[in-house]
Amino acid sequence: MPMVNIAGKEVEVDEEGYLVDLSQWNEDIAKYMAVEEKVDLTDSHWEVVNFLREYYAEYQIAPAVRVLTKAIGKKLGPEKGNNKYLYELFPYGPAKQACKIAGLPKPTGCI
Amino acid sequence: MSDMDEMDDGSGIIKKFMFLNRKAPHGTVYALEGLEVVLITAAFDQDVSLVFTDDGVFQLMKGIDTKGIEVKDFSKTYRALEGYDIEKLYVDQASMDARGLTEDDLIVDVTVLSVDEMANLMAEQDVVISF
Repeated sequence: MPMVNIAGKEVEVDEEGYLVDLSQWNEDIAKYMAVEEKVDLTDSHWEVVNFLREYYAEYQIAPAVRVLTKAIGKKLGPEKGNNKYLYELFPYGPAKQACKIAGLPKPTGCI
Repeated sequence: MSDMDEMDDGSGIIKKFMFLNRKAPHGTVYALEGLEVVLITAAFDQDVSLVFTDDGVFQLMKGIDTKGIEVKDFSKTYRALEGYDIEKLYVDQASMDARGLTEDDLIVDVTVLSVDEMANLMAEQDVVISF
């Protein structure tokens, strides 16, 4: 699988650019992935990224977008747990893009 | 590329799917593959039941530690099923008894069924898939 150099560190990514070993993840990698995804990271983006990392630590999966939206609504309130808010942050799919930035695998149930 | 749950196949038909988990969590890939199929099926808004029987009941045990065998501990993922609206989890009483397990040993809430109850539940299904 391809290797990329991020902030002086060699990391392995899969053919779609997702981090292979999530224990390697750090903020530099998040920033690199965000540039790849053409996402300008703000605090609101970080909130979702950090939420995803917590979700993964608890359940060992990257959630499908529907599940992510519902879970965010529960934790951060309905004004954030909706498609409009999340797609504004991550136009090409909140689960797909935010998972990549968070260093998680591609969500299960995402084709 | 798009998320599956944004698609609409237009049929709107809901079938009763039962996924039967019969094998120990590790050593074969059945349990993990079965779980992935269940998570994907959830996107299609079907009526899903999960059954754990025989060594399959071990999949739900608390305190699984996979460090020594260097594989992912996916037992935590069963706790995510609720978020996927998969809430019908059943275990076979006889399989639990034979292994000295009770509901308290399991990481998720389940309904324990007798052989007869399980047979009835299976008879109601449109599709039964065994892992």
